[in-house]
Amino acid sequence: MVDLKSMKFGDELLKRGFAKMTKGGVVMDVTNAEQAKIAEKAGAVSVMALERVPSDIRAQGGVARMSDPLKVKEILESVSIPVMAKVRIGHLSEASILESLGVDMLDESEVLTPADPFYHINKRLYKVPVVCGARTFPEAVRRIFEGAAMIRTKGEAGTGNIIEAVRHIRTVSDGIYILNSLTNDEMFKVAENISKSYTNLRDLTSEDLYGESEKMPYNNVYYGMDFREISNEIFKVLKEIKHLKRLPLVNFAAGGIATPADAALMMKMGMDGVFVGSGIFKSKDPQRMAEAIVDATENYEDYKLLGDVSSGLEGMHGLDIAEIEKLQNR
Amino acid sequence: MKIGILNVQGDVSEHFQMVRHLHQKYDVYPVNVKELGDLQGISGLIIPGGESTVIYKILKKSGMNDRIIEMAKSGMPVMGTCAGAILLSSDTGDIRVTGMGLIGITIKRNAYGRQINSFIKTVDIKEIGKFQAVFIRAPGIESTGNCEVMSRLDGSPVMVRENNILAMTFHPELTGDSKIHEYFISMVRTVEME
Repeated sequence: MVDLKSMKFGDELLKRGFAKMTKGGVVMDVTNAEQAKIAEKAGAVSVMALERVPSDIRAQGGVARMSDPLKVKEILESVSIPVMAKVRIGHLSEASILESLGVDMLDESEVLTPADPFYHINKRLYKVPVVCGARTFPEAVRRIFEGAAMIRTKGEAGTGNIIEAVRHIRTVSDGIYILNSLTNDEMFKVAENISKSYTNLRDLTSEDLYGESEKMPYNNVYYGMDFREISNEIFKVLKEIKHLKRLPLVNFAAGGIATPADAALMMKMGMDGVFVGSGIFKSKDPQRMAEAIVDATENYEDYKLLGDVSSGLEGMHGLDIAEIEKLQNR
Repeated sequence: MKIGILNVQGDVSEHFQMVRHLHQKYDVYPVNVKELGDLQGISGLIIPGGESTVIYKILKKSGMNDRIIEMAKSGMPVMGTCAGAILLSSDTGDIRVTGMGLIGITIKRNAYGRQINSFIKTVDIKEIGKFQAVFIRAPGIESTGNCEVMSRLDGSPVMVRENNILAMTFHPELTGDSKIHEYFISMVRTVEME
């Protein structure tokens, strides 16, 4: 039994608990109140407020930032379901502003242009839960260590192409599989490897000051934590994953989900739910597409129903990943 | 005895685990209720938390809404937590979700505010005792009809019972404390023995 009084992060239970309430659902990207209402009516479990849907960010280029607070407020007032909002990777101030506006969850998202080349936000400093993308097992572990309440695949947003989401699910699952065969010593080595990205800035500074041969100590590399503390914490995350044989958080799929069949595939692969971005409001009939994706997520093994809801639906125009700049690398 | 866990949307697996852990002690086991046919043969039903608008929509579409009302009216115990309490209520005050009218309570959705206002507090529950209650974007019970108020927080009811229906605005499945689930199972056993 969890003794809440002794829990270091009582907030952690509320944050992870909130994420649990979205399980089995569809989170839909919206840019205004009107779209938010359509999403709610179609059965979205939550809406994600952002300035432009990923396919428009991709087409128009430029710097993608958090949504205009005016729009966020409009969206917050227009629906009764939770409202999430995207914040640039490492943009502490955007995160605090969105929190103060009252959004229910932040998405520290690669879809927006990153703000910090070294660090993701320390998510434990915020009262609202944060969802983060991950392409690989180490990425997922780092985000969990930083206090994310939910993980999603990065996929390749705005393409309507599912291959990257599948790649990321398979990659994370393979990491979990390998973890299960490791001894504690081997696992600690893995923890140290995963922790290395927190020393990137220090390595750079030390090289500038002393050249390659000499290294500065790794104290205070991330929010007052030294390398040893970080790898110890990451080791704990790994132990938890090994014990559960899955990520200890709600795990959604995102990035490229454009049809009901795509959503069903994600659920079939063991995801807890899906995020759909451009797939809905870039399709021919957003209301119908939104409803069909909700149905597909709920009934992902009812192939007759999937056939019915998919009939005559025209998905968004897709992009071949080889021809584009990948947002997931941000 | 089979305890159905409504598996439409929300934190279904947490309730499932909770009932599974009580298997040996009470000879109960959890079953997923995903469609109309799954309601067959269950002795009790738990409606988990999640998004009430989403759960309601799917319940209506699948025909489960009416069937659950029928089964509850003929005596099957039903427990609703958070969104589940909204669905069991007689008045939700919101056209987006219609309650099943199984328990005499008027609900206000998101009564405490948004996620930033979510909280954990110890409540005192009649026949159960102290319980760490996790309130996440919780609804409020604005008024009660014939039901028994089992627990209050700052004067407002947070857990109520009317005959075979049990509803609470918090999440007993998130803390690992199984007292409320055990209480519900005892309700189911009482009905089974009659």
